[in-house]
Amino acid sequence: METEKSNLQKMLEAGEFAITAEIGPPMSADGETVREKARELKGNVDAVNVTDNQTSIVRMSSIGASCLAQSEGVECVMQMVMRDRNRIALQSDLLGAWAMGLKNLLVLSGDHQSFGNHPGSKNVYDVDSIQFLQAVTNLQENGVFIGGSKCKAPPHFFLGSTTNPFADPEPLQLIRLEKKINAGAKFIQTQCVYDLERFERFMEKVRERGLHERAYIMAGIFVNKSLKSIQMTQQVAGMSVPDSYVKRFEEAEDKQAEGVEIAVELVKKLRTVKGIKGIHIMAVGWEEIVSTVIRQAGFLPRPVV
Amino acid sequence: MIVAEQKPIDELIRSLEGFKKIVIASCGTCVTVCMSGGEKEALAVQGLLEANAKEKGQDISVSVVDLKRQCDDEFIDDLEAELLDGDVVLSMACGVGVQFLAGKYADKVVLPGLNTTFYGAAKELGYWTELCAGCGNCLLERTGGICPIARCSKSIFNGPCGGSQNAKCEIDSEIDCAWQLIYDKLTAMGRLDTLLEIHEIRDWSTSRDGGPRHLRKDDVNLDDAGK
Ligand code: SF4
Ligand code: SF4
Repeated sequence: METEKSNLQKMLEAGEFAITAEIGPPMSADGETVREKARELKGNVDAVNVTDNQTSIVRMSSIGASCLAQSEGVECVMQMVMRDRNRIALQSDLLGAWAMGLKNLLVLSGDHQSFGNHPGSKNVYDVDSIQFLQAVTNLQENGVFIGGSKCKAPPHFFLGSTTNPFADPEPLQLIRLEKKINAGAKFIQTQCVYDLERFERFMEKVRERGLHERAYIMAGIFVNKSLKSIQMTQQVAGMSVPDSYVKRFEEAEDKQAEGVEIAVELVKKLRTVKGIKGIHIMAVGWEEIVSTVIRQAGFLPRPVV
Repeated sequence: MIVAEQKPIDELIRSLEGFKKIVIASCGTCVTVCMSGGEKEALAVQGLLEANAKEKGQDISVSVVDLKRQCDDEFIDDLEAELLDGDVVLSMACGVGVQFLAGKYADKVVLPGLNTTFYGAAKELGYWTELCAGCGNCLLERTGGICPIARCSKSIFNGPCGGSQNAKCEIDSEIDCAWQLIYDKLTAMGRLDTLLEIHEIRDWSTSRDGGPRHLRKDDVNLDDAGK
């Protein structure tokens, strides 16, 4: 079946430096807030990730919010975590999401439910993210579900996943990245980078393995708004934030301006790292700033492919 | 072994309310080793229940029956008279023992005295950790003898997740990241290359997900069973 590729895929394949952002759906059934966030980003990003009950807090579903955002003219990357659904529900949602017009899919493990507002919930993890990437690839390329039965009209998502250059053990994180690419991930978004030195080291090893030529790797950045927010970021498991950035927030008079300046600075540096094909900008709780960062970093207007 | 911990005494007092003649049944196997439901612990609970009753002016009697193994007729039948000599049995065995007694004596009230928690072992004196989840299809040959199902908080087969830091799991700094342990062990064994293989999707039907499990061995006869 011939289907049109996603905008994100076309951008990356055309060799354009891609920009994605992130929308966290509301903890309510209010669709207007999603539409509003989408309108703010429209034209400024190539696609926007829509998170899936991030940090294990119940929110509007990624599929629902993605459809709303797309109806405002912003292409979405539907995120799917492995925490809450078994293989039956995951595959069923894939079919529904594709039928609703979603074209990009990002598969990730998800935070453990103990972090969120339903710590007593069941921990599903029927399949892990690498197994699911492989299953989606098999469904898309061979039309076969996990259980072995045939799917007459399979979806054709542009398939992606994540990597965390700052998690341990580092050699195994690299192996895992390679496994994700072997399993069919075509694009990879990294955990937010503050620690450029460690990131450079990681990318060097990525290049040694030739992984940057097998998947489009987009560097993640986080836009912090205040001293407290960067301090919290520093505490997150699997994050590496050098103290120098915390210090800059301490000393800055205008914390918000400093946050933007740091983000723009990081984007400009990351752009020059060999093997990086795009930037993924996260600004949880400060999503309205993303367009400013993109503009100041000189990424506007977005090319049309 | 099966690791269990005692229910809070207040919960036991509440669940035993109204019973006058209480028989506590301890168990001499796993729960004795993990110091939660052996004779010693049963005697301690007896003391607490008696003290509570005395304080409240209630007239009750509490006795202890020490069963060698609470999930086997053989060890129960000899002590049956004492065991049934009350209006309630507080079982201090694991969930298996509680159910064994409840099923064996149709009209008997049998209450659980423990919370059965996991299959594990003592890592150090007085500290037990979970090691196996009884999945019904052991894969330890592929992970250096460290179980990702029981020991990784997300039961990831192609780990670790992005939350592994300094050898600890993202959910609790007291929990070792199973995938760090697997990595270390496979490195020491010189078998790190095996981790590049994608561990395929699992068939959970051998696990609890496939419904309650049972095992029949047709070739077992009474001689083999030593009876
Ligand atoms: S793989 Fe299954 S049987 Fe083996 S240790 Fe893990 S849970 Fe137990
Ligand atoms: S940190 Fe390690 S043990 Fe914890 S969920 Fe991730 S891979 Fe599993």
